[in-house]
Amino acid sequence: MLAYVMRRLAYGFLTIQGVLLLLFALFFLYAKPEDVARRAVGEKAPPEVIQQWIVNHGYDRSWYVQLGDHYRRMLTFDFGRSDADDEPIARRLRRGILPSLSFTVPTFALGITLGIALSLFVAYFRETYIDRTGVVLCVLAMSVSVLLYIIGGQFLIGKVLHWFPISGFDPSPQVVLRFIALPILIGVVGGVGSDVRFYRTVFIEETNRDYVRTARAKGCGDGRIMARHVLPNAMIPILTRVVVAIPFLFTGSLLLESFFGIPGLGAVTVEAINGNDFATLRVMVYIGALLFVGFQILTDISYTFVDPRVRLG
Amino acid sequence: MESHVVSNIVVAALLAGMAWAAWLARRSDLWRDAARGLRRRRPVALLVVGIYVVVGLADAVSWVGGFGESLGADIVARHKPRSLIDRLFPVDFRERSYSAPLADVEFYGEAPLQHPGAHLLGTDILGRDILHLVLKGARIALLIGGLTSLIVIPLALLFGISAGYFGGRIDDVVFFVMSTLASIPGLLLLIALVMVMGRGPVQVCVAMGVTSWVGFCRVVRGETFKLRELDYVQAARALGTSELRIILRHILPNLMHLVIITFVLLFSGLVLSEAILAWLGIGIDGSWGQMIDQARDELARDPIIWWNLSAASAALFGLILAVNLVGDAVRDVLDPRTLRERP
Repeated sequence: MLAYVMRRLAYGFLTIQGVLLLLFALFFLYAKPEDVARRAVGEKAPPEVIQQWIVNHGYDRSWYVQLGDHYRRMLTFDFGRSDADDEPIARRLRRGILPSLSFTVPTFALGITLGIALSLFVAYFRETYIDRTGVVLCVLAMSVSVLLYIIGGQFLIGKVLHWFPISGFDPSPQVVLRFIALPILIGVVGGVGSDVRFYRTVFIEETNRDYVRTARAKGCGDGRIMARHVLPNAMIPILTRVVVAIPFLFTGSLLLESFFGIPGLGAVTVEAINGNDFATLRVMVYIGALLFVGFQILTDISYTFVDPRVRLG
Repeated sequence: MESHVVSNIVVAALLAGMAWAAWLARRSDLWRDAARGLRRRRPVALLVVGIYVVVGLADAVSWVGGFGESLGADIVARHKPRSLIDRLFPVDFRERSYSAPLADVEFYGEAPLQHPGAHLLGTDILGRDILHLVLKGARIALLIGGLTSLIVIPLALLFGISAGYFGGRIDDVVFFVMSTLASIPGLLLLIALVMVMGRGPVQVCVAMGVTSWVGFCRVVRGETFKLRELDYVQAARALGTSELRIILRHILPNLMHLVIITFVLLFSGLVLSEAILAWLGIGIDGSWGQMIDQARDELARDPIIWWNLSAASAALFGLILAVNLVGDAVRDVLDPRTLRERP
C-alpha cells in the first residue's frame, strides 16, 4: 500500500509538472506581454507605461528565466502579486477560503445526502411509475441551465417571497445562515438531478446481483436489502464521484459566489477574469489541479476502507 | 471570401454529408435497426431536435439582395446579407426600446409602436424582436456543438486509437497528456484558454474542444485495447494487412457507434457551458446564454421585463431536454454496456 501511494504521488508530481508546463505555454508563450499589460493599465496608456508595467511584472525577461521563476514560485507556493492591482495573491487566497468553504461544504453534504437518499428511494421502486417519474424529473432538472436556477431562485425566493436576502455576505455566525441559505438551496437543487440519475444507475445495477436474490430468498426485507446490502456494495462508484468533487469545495463556485456576493475564491476567480488578471487566474488553475491530483490519490486509498477486496499495489 | 458565402458552402457540405451518411446507414442492417429503434423510442424529441437543426441551418444560408419583398429606402439593408430566418421578418422590424409581447404601445412611455401587435415575444432593450433573436440563437447552439465536436472527435480518435493500438511509449505519452488535462478543473481551464486566445466563436469552440476530448479519448483507448485482441484483427494481421489498413478497416468502423453516442451526449454539455462563458462575458455573440445574461437585470426592473429571459431560457431548455432524451435513447440503442453513466 505504501509503495503504491508513493508511486501514485510520484506520478501525481509528474502530472503537476505537465500542468505547470501547460500554464507556462499558455500564459507566457502564447499570450503577448504587451496585450496583458495593455489590458491591465488601459488601452490608451502611453508606451512607456506599458513597458514599465512589463518590466515590473517580469514579463520582459527571457523565456527560460521566466520558466524557472514560474516553476519556483508555483512549487514553493510563493505566488507573487496580482497583474491587476499588485495585491499579493496569497493574501487573496487566505481571505477567500473561509467564505467559500462556509457555503460549499453544506452544499456538498446536503447534496450527497439528498442525492443518495432520493436515488435509493427511486431504485427501491424500480420499474414502477415512481421510478419513471423520478428519471423524467432528473432529466428535466439536468436540462435547465445553472444560470436560470440562480436567476430564478433569486427572483422567486429573494425578490417575490422575501425569505432570504438576494445577495450579500456577513461571516458572523448569527447571521451567516441568512446569507448562505439561498446559495446552498440553489446549489443542491442544481446538482441533484444528475446525482440521482447516476446513483440510481449504480444501485439498480447492484440490485440485479446474485447476492441480492440470495438475501431476498432468505427472507430479508426490501428496505434492509437496500440499506445493508446494496448501499455498501455500491460505495466504490459513489466514492469515485464524491471524493473527486471535494477540490471544488476549495476553489468555490464561480457562479454562485458572484451572483450572491460571497467574497470567496470563486469570486476571486471571476474578478481575475473580468480584470484580465492572468497571474491570479494562473494560480487558481494550479491550485485546482493540485487539489484534484491529491484527492484522486485519496479516492484510491478510500476504496480500501469500503471494500476489503481492494488491495492497492 | 465573404463570410456569408463560406457559411452557405458549409451548409451545403453539411447537407451533402448528412445525405451521404444516411445513404451509407441505409445499406447496413445494424444502422437501419438502430434508426428504427430510435424513432420508436423518442419520436417527439427527435422531431424537436430536427426543428432546431432546420432553423439553425436556415439561419446559416444567406445572400445579399431581395427575394421579391421590397427593401424600402434602407440602403444598409440592401447590401447586407440576410438569412432565410431574417427574411421571415420585415426589414425594419425594430422598435425604439422594450415592447411587451403583442403590445400596441411601447412598454415605457406608451408611445405607439411601428409594428403594433406584431412582436409575438416582445422586443429587447434595443427594440429588436425577441422571436427573431431566439430563432437566430439556434444557429449559434448548433455551431457550438458542431464545431467543437469537429475538434473533439478527430483528436480523441487519433490519440485514443494510437494509444490503444500501439501501446508502449505512445500509450504512456497519450496517457500522460490525458491525465494532465483531466487534472485541471474543466471550467477553469476553459476560461483560461478563452482568456488567452481571445473572444470569438472559433476560439470558444477550440477551447471547449481542448477541455472535452479527454473523456472520449479514454473510452476510445479502452475500446481499441479490446478490439486489438479480437480474432478478426489477429487474422487480418496474420494475413499481412498493414497497420493503417487494420485501423481504418477493422478498428475504426467498430468505434463509430461510440462516436455517435459521444457526439449527442457531449452536445448538451457544451451548449450549457457556453451559457456560463456568456455570463462571464467571453461567450459567443447572439447565443441564448448571452440573451439570458443580458436579461438578468431586467427582473430587477419594476414592472419586470420577463419575456426576454423566458424566451431565451425556454429555447435553451427545449433544445437541451430534447438532445438529452435523444442521447439516452441513442446510447440504449447502440450500446447498452460500454458507455454506462460513470464518473
